[in-house]
Amino acid sequence: MSKETPRRSHGGRGGGFGPRGIGRPVEKAKDFKGTLKRLVAYMRPHSVGLIIVLIVTLLSTVFNILSPKIMGQATTILFEGMMDKMRGIPGAAIDFSAVGRILLNLAAVYIVATVFGYLQQIIMVNISQKTVFKMREDIGLKLAKLPLKYFDSVAHGDILSRATNDVDVVSQSLQQGITQIITSVISIIGVLIMMLTISPIMTLITMGMLPISALVSIFVAKRSQKFFAQQQRILGDLNGHVEEMFSGHTIIKAFGLEQDAIDEFVEINQGLYNNSWKAQFISGTLMPLIRFVGNIGYVAIAVAGGVFASRGMIKIGDIQAFIQYSRQFTQPITQMASMANVLQSTIAAAERVFELLDEKEEPADKLDSKLLENPRGEIRLENISFGYDADKTVIKNPDLDVKQGELVAIVGPTGAGKTTLVNLLMRFYDVNDGTITFDGTNIFDLKRGNLRTMFGMVLQDTWLFEGTIRDNIAYGRIGASDQEIEAAAKAAHVDHFIRTLPKGYDTILAEDASGISQGQRQLLTIARAILADPVVLILDEATSSVDTRTERLIQEAMNKLMEGRTSFVIAHRLSTILDADRILVINQGEIVEQGTHEELLIKEGFYAELYDSQFLSGLSEQVG
Amino acid sequence: MVKLGKYVKPFLPIAFVVMFLILLEVLTTLKLPDLMSDIVDQGIATGNISLIWRTGLIMLAVALAGIIVAISGNYLASRASTAFGRDLRQAIFSQVEKFSPQEFNKFGTASLITRTTNDVQQMQMVFLMSMRMAMRAPLTAIGGVIMVVKKDPRLALLLLTLIPIISVVVSFVVIKGIPLFKSLQKKLDRLNQVLREQLIGVRVIRAFDRGKYETGRFGEANHDLTTTALKVNRMMVTLMPIMGLLVNFTSVGIIWFGAKRIDAGFLQVGDMMAFLQYTMQIFIAVMMLSMLFVMLPRASASADRIKEVLETEPSITDPEDPKIIDECTGVVQFHNVTFVYPGAAKPVLHKINFSASPGQTTAIIGGTGSGKSTILDLVPRFYDPTEGKITLDGVDIKELAQADLRSKLGYVPQKAMLFSGTIAENIKGGKHDATDEEVAEAARIAQATNFIEEREDKYDDFIAQGGTNVSGGQKQRLSIARAVVRRPQVYLLDDTFSALDYKTDALLRTELLESAAQATVIVVAQRVSTILHADQIIVLEEGKVVGQGTHKELLENCGVYQEIVASQFGEEDVS
Repeated sequence: MSKETPRRSHGGRGGGFGPRGIGRPVEKAKDFKGTLKRLVAYMRPHSVGLIIVLIVTLLSTVFNILSPKIMGQATTILFEGMMDKMRGIPGAAIDFSAVGRILLNLAAVYIVATVFGYLQQIIMVNISQKTVFKMREDIGLKLAKLPLKYFDSVAHGDILSRATNDVDVVSQSLQQGITQIITSVISIIGVLIMMLTISPIMTLITMGMLPISALVSIFVAKRSQKFFAQQQRILGDLNGHVEEMFSGHTIIKAFGLEQDAIDEFVEINQGLYNNSWKAQFISGTLMPLIRFVGNIGYVAIAVAGGVFASRGMIKIGDIQAFIQYSRQFTQPITQMASMANVLQSTIAAAERVFELLDEKEEPADKLDSKLLENPRGEIRLENISFGYDADKTVIKNPDLDVKQGELVAIVGPTGAGKTTLVNLLMRFYDVNDGTITFDGTNIFDLKRGNLRTMFGMVLQDTWLFEGTIRDNIAYGRIGASDQEIEAAAKAAHVDHFIRTLPKGYDTILAEDASGISQGQRQLLTIARAILADPVVLILDEATSSVDTRTERLIQEAMNKLMEGRTSFVIAHRLSTILDADRILVINQGEIVEQGTHEELLIKEGFYAELYDSQFLSGLSEQVG
Repeated sequence: MVKLGKYVKPFLPIAFVVMFLILLEVLTTLKLPDLMSDIVDQGIATGNISLIWRTGLIMLAVALAGIIVAISGNYLASRASTAFGRDLRQAIFSQVEKFSPQEFNKFGTASLITRTTNDVQQMQMVFLMSMRMAMRAPLTAIGGVIMVVKKDPRLALLLLTLIPIISVVVSFVVIKGIPLFKSLQKKLDRLNQVLREQLIGVRVIRAFDRGKYETGRFGEANHDLTTTALKVNRMMVTLMPIMGLLVNFTSVGIIWFGAKRIDAGFLQVGDMMAFLQYTMQIFIAVMMLSMLFVMLPRASASADRIKEVLETEPSITDPEDPKIIDECTGVVQFHNVTFVYPGAAKPVLHKINFSASPGQTTAIIGGTGSGKSTILDLVPRFYDPTEGKITLDGVDIKELAQADLRSKLGYVPQKAMLFSGTIAENIKGGKHDATDEEVAEAARIAQATNFIEEREDKYDDFIAQGGTNVSGGQKQRLSIARAVVRRPQVYLLDDTFSALDYKTDALLRTELLESAAQATVIVVAQRVSTILHADQIIVLEEGKVVGQGTHKELLENCGVYQEIVASQFGEEDVS
C-alpha cells in the first residue's frame, strides 16, 4: 500500500499543459462501467442543471459554428464589390448596407454564443464544485465510521491522496470534461456539415489530414509514454533516496556519510535528467507536428480554394470560412483523443475515492445499546480470543476480573499483546470470541462513545493538533472552563512550563510542535486525560519519554487520580508495578501469570525472570 | 524565476536562443496568412493559377521552416529546463547535507523533502513554460502588429486598441486572481492538515468520542475550500468569454472598417482576411499566457521555499586551517560549556565541566529538559556551545575538521535509523573499508549475530527503507554494530537499549564494555540500573551539574540522584 502513494503524489499528474493526457501513461480503472455509473449517480441531484448545461452547450456550439459562415458572407460581398469595381462595372461599389446587416447579425450571434457559453461554464462550476464538496464530505463522514483496523493497515499517504488528489482530478474533469465532450461531438458534426455545404472536395482534403494527425499522435505518444513511465520510476527512486537521507540526517552527519549520500543523489539525478529531457522533448514535439500537419492542410485548402475561386466555383468568403472551419475541425478531434485519456484517469481516480467510501464500517451500535449511569469500572474478560488477521490469534483466553479501583499493571516483552488488550477494552478492535463486560454489561451492548469516554487514555504517541495549548487540553472535555484546564495542567505538572511560554495557554502548537519536547507533549496529553476525568485509566507507557523525576511527580498526580478508579498501566518499568494490586504478565498473547509482585516472585516463573534480568542483576553487581 | 536568478543564469543564453527560435516560429505562422492574402489578392483576383500554386509551395516551405525551428526550440527548452531542475535539485540536496541539525530542524524532514522534490519539479515546469509560452504571446502580438502596420497603419490602430484592453484583463487576473489562487492553495493545505491530524490522532479522537467534532472541523475546512474554489472558478469562467467576445468584436470591427479602407482603395481583401487571422493568433497566445499566470502563485511559493533552503547558511563550518590529532586517545573535556538553543530564552546547559577519559564510562542522568541529550549532540558538533569549549585530547573541537572529529566518534542515537541496503552495508556505514571479519565481530558484540544468521541471506539480507522489515530491537543492535565497527575512540550512546529485552541488554552491555576497554564511553541513561557500574555519573538538573561521582558516592551526597533512584527502585531498595 505504502508503495503506491509516493508514486502517485509526486507523479506526472499536473505535469504541464499541452494536450492533456496524450503521451503520458494512463491509469486504468478496474471497473470502468460500474464506476462511471456511480459517478453519474453522484451527480443526479444536479440533473436539472446538467440538462440546462446540455441545452446551452448545444446552443452555444451551434452559434459558434454559424459565425464563420456569416463572416464569410461579409467577405464575399466585399470581394465581389471590389472585383466589380476593378472590372470597371459602372456604379459598382461595396454594398455597405448589406455588410452592415451581416455584421450586425454576426455580432448578435457572437453575443448569443458567448452568453450561452458563459451560462454553461458557470452552471458547470457550481455543479462540479458541489459534487466534489459532497464527495469530500462523504469521505469525512466515512473516516469517522471506519474501524481502527483500516487506519492501522492502510498507509496514511494513501488515504490522503484519495481524499485530496483523486478528488481534485475528478473535480477538474467534471469542470471541463463533460462540456468539452459535448462541444467536441457537436462541433465535429456541425463543422463537417458546414464544410460539406461549402465544398465537398476541400472537405475531403481536410479529412485526408486526419489520419496523418492520428498517426503522428500515436507515433509520438508511444515513444514518449515509455520515457514518462521510466521518468516516473526514477523520480520514485529519487524521492525515496531523499526521504531516506533526510530522515537519517544526524546519522549521515555523525558517520560522515554526506559525500556518499550526495554521490548517490547525483547519480539518480543525472539518470532522471537523461530520461526526463527526452520525455519532455518527445511529448513537446507533438504540438508542432500536429500544427505542421494542420498547416499542410491549410496550404492545401488555400491552393485548392484559390484555384476553385479563380474558376468561380467557390466564393472568396467561403474559403475564409472554410479555413476557420478546418481549424475548428481538427481541434475537437485532438481534444477527443486526449479526453479519452482524461476520462480514463478520472474514472480511475473516482474509483479510488469510491473504494474508500465502500470500505467496511465499524458495525453500528445496537439499537438498544445502553448508556451506563454511575459507572464503577469493573471489568471482566471471559474466554476471549482475538487476532488481527483471522488466521493468526494473538490473544488467547486471558481471563481476568478487575474490581473497581484496582491498579492493574501489564508487563511483558514487546509484541506480547499488551496494546492489543487496550484495543479490545476500548473496542478499537472487537474480540473474535468470548465476552468483555464493563460493570457486568457486555461492552457490545454499550454505546461505543459511552464506553470509550469512560476510559482515559494516555498513549505512547502523543497526539496534539494545531491549535492553542488550551484547546488541546480542553479536548478531554467539551466545555471545560479555563480554571479547570489550568487545574488539570497543574496536576500534570505542566502549568509552570506553559506559563514560561510567551503566550502561555494561548501558544499555538505547530504541526511539528518544535520547541516543545516530547516529554512536555506527553505532559500535555496527561493533562488532557486528567481533565477528562475518566472512570478507568489506561496508561500505555505513557511516561516513557518523561524523565524519572518528572515521572515521579506525574505519578503522584496519577496516584491521586487513580484513587477509586480502575487503572491499567502498561510499562516496562518495574518500579511502577510495585504499587500494583495485580500484575498481568503477558507473553505471546496469553496472560501467563497474574498476581501481586510478591506472589509472582514466589512463583519463580516468567515474571521472576523478567524482574531478575532487568533489575536485580544490575543491583547485585554494585551493591550486593 | 527571478528569485532563483543564480540558478537560472547559466541557462539564460539557451533561453534566449529558444526565444529567438520561437520568434522565428511566430514569424512563420504570421507569414502564412500573409501569403494566403497574396493568393486572394493576386491569384484569385486575377485568375493567376500558377501564382496560386507557386505561393502554395512557398507556404509549404514556410510551414516546414516553422516546424524545424519549433522542434529545435523544443529540444533546447527541454534540455535546458530539465538540466535547470537537475542542478537546482542537486544544489538543494548538497546544501541540506551541509546543514547541522540546527538548520535541519528549522525546516523539518517532511518540508525539506517537498522542497527538494515537488518544489523543484514545479520550478522546472514553470521555467519550461515561461520559455515556451511566456514569450510567445508578446512576440505574436508584436509580430502581428508589425505585419498589420505594414499592410495598413490606420487599420492597425484598431488592433492596437485591443492590446491595452487585453492587458487590462490580464493584469486583472494577476491582481485579483493570484491572491485568490494563493488563498485556494492555503485552504487546500488546511484541509490536508486537518485530515492528516485526524489520521494520526484517530485513537485519541475515538477515545474521547470526538468524532462529531472532528467531522465538523473537516466540514468547515471543506466548506471554506469549496467557497474559495467557487470564487476562483467563477472568475476564470467569466474572464474567458469576455476575452473571446472582445476578440470577436474586434473581428467585426476589422471587417467593417476594413471594408471602408478597401472601398477607399487602401487595403485589399486578402490583407483583411490576414488581419482576422492575426487577431485570432494573438488571442490564442494571450490565452496561453494567462494559463501561465495560473501557475505563478504556486511557483512563487515554491521558489520562496527553495530560496529559503539555499540561503540558509550552515551554522557549523570547518576552520580554515584545521588541526590534526595524531594519536587520538579520546579524552573529552567540557570547559564551562553553556548552550542556548537558538531562539530560546533560557540555556539548556549551564557552565558544564567534566572530563571523560579513555577506558572509563561516563554516564549522564537527569530529568527531561535537563539537557542530557544535548551534551551528546555537542560532541560531534551538531551544535556549538554558546559559551565555553569542548576539547578532544586538549584540542578545541572547533579547530578540527568536522569529518576528522566525527571519524573518532561512535554515535548511537536514541532512535535507531537504518538505510535501505544490505545488513553488511548498514554496518559498514560506520567504516567503509571494514572487512567481513570486522563486520561479523561488530555484529557479535552488538548481539546481532543470532538474528542475522537466521535471515535468508545473512549479511547480504536486504533492509527495506526505514528498516521496516526488522524489529525495533534488531534495528538498535545494527545501529550499535555500526558504531562498534569503526572502533571509535569515543562512544556516544543515547539511552540506546530501550527496545531490547532484559537479557540481551545485559549481554550487550558486557560485551560492549569489554571491546571498548580502551575507549571513552559517554552514555546518556534513563535507568539507574544500567549505569550502576559507571566510573563516573554526572547528574544534571535544569542544565546544571548537581552531582558527579560513582553510584555509591552519589547515593550519599546527591539529593537529586537519591530521588531518581528512589523513583525507580521503590523506597525500600535504595540502600
